[in-house]
Amino acid sequence: MVTANSELAYDSKIEGDVIVTRADAAINWMRANSMWPMPMGLACCAIELMAAASSRFDIARFGAEVMRFSPRQSDCMIVAGTVTYKMAPVVRRIYDQMAAPKWVIAMGACASSGGMYRSYATLQGVDRIIPVDVYISGCPPRPEALLDALMKLQAKVKREHSASKLFSA
Amino acid sequence: MLTRMTTDVDLATAVNLQSPSATPRASLDCPAWNVLPADVRAVLSRLRDTQGFDFLMDVTAVDWSAEKSPRFTVVWHLYSSTRHTYVRLAADCASNTEPAMPSATGLWPGANWHEREIFDMFGIKFDDHPDLRRILMWDAYPYFPLRKGFPLAGLPAELSDPDITAETGTGLISAPMAGGPFVATPGGPMSEAEPRAKDEAWNEQRAKPV
Repeated sequence: MVTANSELAYDSKIEGDVIVTRADAAINWMRANSMWPMPMGLACCAIELMAAASSRFDIARFGAEVMRFSPRQSDCMIVAGTVTYKMAPVVRRIYDQMAAPKWVIAMGACASSGGMYRSYATLQGVDRIIPVDVYISGCPPRPEALLDALMKLQAKVKREHSASKLFSA
Repeated sequence: MLTRMTTDVDLATAVNLQSPSATPRASLDCPAWNVLPADVRAVLSRLRDTQGFDFLMDVTAVDWSAEKSPRFTVVWHLYSSTRHTYVRLAADCASNTEPAMPSATGLWPGANWHEREIFDMFGIKFDDHPDLRRILMWDAYPYFPLRKGFPLAGLPAELSDPDITAETGTGLISAPMAGGPFVATPGGPMSEAEPRAKDEAWNEQRAKPV
C-alpha cells in the first residue's frame, strides 16, 4: 500500500545515506505495516477471516498475512465469532500471553456485543474481558469490512506515542 | 399396510415380553411405549438384539415443570437399519428432586455424550454412566439451563476461571431479550414458533424481575 507519509520523506540526492525522522514515526510505521494477527476464530466469522486471507481479498497487502496461531508472535487478536462463557477465560488467557504492544479487533456482531445470542451461555461482547480497539459490524462482516478495520487500526497505531511508551515502560 | 401391522404387533410383543407394565404412548409417527425406569435397559436391549433396532438415534429428556409429577421424562429414539423405521421409548424419573435413570452406555457407546448432555441441561443422573460430567457448560456451573424454572435471560454466575474473574471483574450476567417482540401477534402466523419471548429487558419503565 502506498501512502503519502510526510514524516518519512527521504531524498537521496540531498541526504545521502542518512534518514532523519522521528522515533514515533519510524516505530509506528513498522508496527502498522507488519500487524501479525492472532486469529481467534470461534464461529462463522472465521470463514470470512479465512476469505480475507485468500487471494481474492489478500490481507497480505496490509502486512497482516502472518496468521501464526501463537500468541507470542502476534500483535493483533482478531476475535472472529461468538464467545461463550466457557471460552471467555481461554480468550483472556491467550490475550494475556500476547507480547505488548498488542491490539484487538472484535469481528462481527457476536464478538462486539453478543449479537443475536441473548443467552445464558454467551459473553455479551468480548470487551467485557479484553480491551477492544476496533469493532466490525455485520453478521458475518464481509472480508472488505475486516480490511477496513485493519486500515482503521493502522491509522490508530500511527497516531500513538510509541517512543515515550517504549522508554517509560 | 398388513406388514406394517404385523411389524407393530411383533414389536408390542417384544416390548411386553420384557416389560409387562409397558403401556402404549400416544404418538403421531412411530410406535411408542411408556416403560418403567427399571425395565428400560432390558427393553432397549431386546429391541436391539431381536427386532433389529441397531441404532440409537437420540436420547433426550422433558421437564414438565415443577408443579407436575412425575416431573422428568427421558426419551429414547431407536432406528432400524434393516426395517428403516423408528421406535420411541419414554420413562418417567421416579424422583422429582433427584431424578435418575439407568444408563444405555453399556448397549450403545454413543449414548455416553447424549446422557452427559441431559445431565448438563436437566440434572438427570444416569446410573452406571462411565463418565458423568457436564458436556456443554463447565463443571462448576451451578444451574441446569433447560429446566422450566431457568429464565431465558440466564442467571448471574462466576466464570470457570477464578484468575480471570479476579483480573477482569466480570462474570455471567442475565441477558434479557431487548426490544422485541420476537414473535407475531398471538394466534397469528408464526405464533407457535420459537423463541416466544417478548421484550423482557429491565429499564426505567420496567423493574427487574426478582
